[in-house]
Amino acid sequence: MGNAAHGSNYINAEKGLMSWLTSLDHKRIGILYFVTILFFFLVGGTFALLLRLELFAPNVNAAGQAVAGAIFKTGDTYNQALTYHGAIMVFMVIVPGIPAIFGNFFLPLQIGAKDVAFPKLNLASWYMLMIGATMAIATMFLNKVDTGWTFYTPYSIRTSGSVSLMIAAVFIMGMSSVFTGLNMIATIHKLRAPGMTFHRMPLFCWAIYSTSILQVLATPILAITLLLLIMERAFGVGIFDPKLGGDPVLFQHFFWFYSHPAVYIMILPAMGVISELLTTYSKKTIFGYTAIAYSSLGIAGVSFFVWGHHMYVSGQSELAGVIFSFLTMLVGVPTAIKMFNWIATLYKGSIEFTASMLYAMGFMFLFVIGGVTGIMLAVLPIDVHFHDTYFVVAHFHYVMVGGTLMALMGAIYHWFPKMFGKMYSEALARASFVFVFIGFNVTFFPQFILGGMGMPRRYFDYIPAYEQLNKISTVGSWLIGIGFLIGLVSIIQALRSGAKAPANPWGSKTLEWHTESPPITHNFSHEPHVTEGPYEYK
Amino acid sequence: MMWLFSLINRANAQTFMPTEGSDIATRVDNLYAFLIATSFISCAILIGGMVYFAVKYKRKSDNDKVAYITHDTRLEIIWSVIPLIIFLVVFAWGWIIYHDMRKMPENALEIHVTGRQWAWMTEYKNGVKSPNIVVPVGRDIKIVLSAEDVLHSLYIPSFRVKQDAVPGRYTALWFKADKMGEFHVFCTEFCGTAHSGMITKLRVVSQEEFDKWLIEESEVSLLPMAQRGAKVFQTRACASCHNVDNAAVKIGPSLHQAFGADRDLEDGEKVAVDDNYLRESILNSNAKIVKGFGPRSAMPAFQGQLSEAEVTALIEYIKTLSK
Repeated sequence: MGNAAHGSNYINAEKGLMSWLTSLDHKRIGILYFVTILFFFLVGGTFALLLRLELFAPNVNAAGQAVAGAIFKTGDTYNQALTYHGAIMVFMVIVPGIPAIFGNFFLPLQIGAKDVAFPKLNLASWYMLMIGATMAIATMFLNKVDTGWTFYTPYSIRTSGSVSLMIAAVFIMGMSSVFTGLNMIATIHKLRAPGMTFHRMPLFCWAIYSTSILQVLATPILAITLLLLIMERAFGVGIFDPKLGGDPVLFQHFFWFYSHPAVYIMILPAMGVISELLTTYSKKTIFGYTAIAYSSLGIAGVSFFVWGHHMYVSGQSELAGVIFSFLTMLVGVPTAIKMFNWIATLYKGSIEFTASMLYAMGFMFLFVIGGVTGIMLAVLPIDVHFHDTYFVVAHFHYVMVGGTLMALMGAIYHWFPKMFGKMYSEALARASFVFVFIGFNVTFFPQFILGGMGMPRRYFDYIPAYEQLNKISTVGSWLIGIGFLIGLVSIIQALRSGAKAPANPWGSKTLEWHTESPPITHNFSHEPHVTEGPYEYK
Repeated sequence: MMWLFSLINRANAQTFMPTEGSDIATRVDNLYAFLIATSFISCAILIGGMVYFAVKYKRKSDNDKVAYITHDTRLEIIWSVIPLIIFLVVFAWGWIIYHDMRKMPENALEIHVTGRQWAWMTEYKNGVKSPNIVVPVGRDIKIVLSAEDVLHSLYIPSFRVKQDAVPGRYTALWFKADKMGEFHVFCTEFCGTAHSGMITKLRVVSQEEFDKWLIEESEVSLLPMAQRGAKVFQTRACASCHNVDNAAVKIGPSLHQAFGADRDLEDGEKVAVDDNYLRESILNSNAKIVKGFGPRSAMPAFQGQLSEAEVTALIEYIKTLSK
């Protein structure tokens, strides 16, 4: 057993803060991401709660004109808060979230490797995220940015906030994303253990593989777009500003050419997690391994050609709208295939309702709703009505929060014993699920109806007709807040006084469970030889 | 077949959509009702299936026998093809409606609407300007959109139409109102500080009333100066930021009892509110910023936007607020 016999593992192998900040161990870097992303999530979540609090009641004066309300003294402060909520959650939580924490920690373990292909690049990518995040947060103390996370021109050129610094921050965080993607692709191609063929890889690895391709191919487009925007702000080069002869709609094309694939950068890793959780907690082999694996690649491919569905009313031609609507329908198919396969996996299984399994089922519940409303939005005239209303806000929260964040929570509980060598309290973890799940639906379901009624997004105030549903939505946000707080408590409690975790508490078949909890620095005492697929539950 | 239509009609009442102001709105809602029905069925199958299996195959012991099923090609083809067919049906149905939305009718009444931070301005062919959009019922209306500063988006929920107003080019939308009444018009593209207040009204009136209104409005130039100023104040939506009947601050300073008073400025100076101060502040609001409203004024510059006569009329109107 080598080191393990002496109780040495990756956590206690070296001591002191510097040993963490300079570590090249993929597991330690995964933990660095875990801690920092958790922190960003708390900041972004606090902004969300404040936004909802502002929207609790309309603040309309006698003349029927909107005035700023109780929480935010001016409309500008609200606009800034929504910008930080969006930018932090997208660029600092959901995009890096699952790939950087769990991809880093578990992808090498799942394919039987000692580390990722480029450990130094791996550490560098964490530092890039930190530099970018520091710059983004610095803008809060300089001139706050109020453009929304989308930076649409020409507003982003005219506004007085520190937009250039914020954009530079996103540029640098994008490089972090590219580095991680490169690393994962190289690791999967070069470092698989003997016998670990592509078709024996766990589906989480397939999902990370597809995500990485998107990160490497799509992020440079965003980087170039942001550079152009900085050039325009700093030197007055006319690319997007009509006053200088530019085209503001061009920015939207560039932006969504990255940001639509980015939606799949956010959701594909979550889908990978779900495949792991469902098989483990129903003790059953996955239904349709090949279909799920290749549908990830299919989604990744088609996702490059659907960006125009964000722009049906932007002034693009009718023909463009029709083509993008059609292609968007095609993305729906591989997504539907995954849903059916997951549900078929449960058939004749032996299902245990751990917190992770509850989060996985929560994911499926919410993702179905996010999915069908996504199809609605792909239908041209329906989107004309719903575009930029609360219907869209509800839809993408169902996919991004109901999807990605639910999977992230499921992943935390699933892999916690392996990462920290301790067990968590199922009671607390299940309680967090109940609050998050119910709170989520109470918050976001009414927003579908609000959107149908015509309430535009990014409004700090609204007409009285929207009041009831906004009140319900705000109350829901408190439930979500409580749910995540319980989750945080459960993690802290487990770290402080959790029972020692066995190597394989869930009886899972994938490789990461076939080494100690927590793993030794070199992952496995003997190089694994793989002779069968990842989910051979018989 | 009848039951299907009655289902759609009943579903329609449950869609929580705003009043249908046009034929297109009804067609959009029918498609939406169909989407809700199919979505509901899909959710019932998927979520219901998940919950059913979860309950039925709940773990009884650690040695439960589980099935070993790797795939089923026939099933997989079925659940790929059926969704694809549904998706293509709603795509095509949507395309047909969208095509009619985008095809501008000939001989429509053309109205120009301009978006500006943070108000809409409607201009008719005879030169009448209005902060509201007033249209006759039962006639094709084409709205030609443009924007002066940043992106805006004109959204009339009751007509299910929306189109971005893009600086530097024209875009357009059309509708034919089949109901008279007042409808909300929102800006749905984020445009800064008072985006949430960039709301106006669409008034649908009878043809006679519309003609009468248009003539009355065109006679504004014959009104006394201060009244014309009040009109400009309304058209340019100055009231979204400035109070006129009390001293409370909205987004900008109140104009109630402002003329003739002294104001403290951001740079510590003091200035008397007179004709020239008002003129300068209207045309270039950053020249002298009232204390508490800096470092940069939120008010757009009206230099080049207002005629000489309009500026003078505005000042005359502001004077009347100090009586």
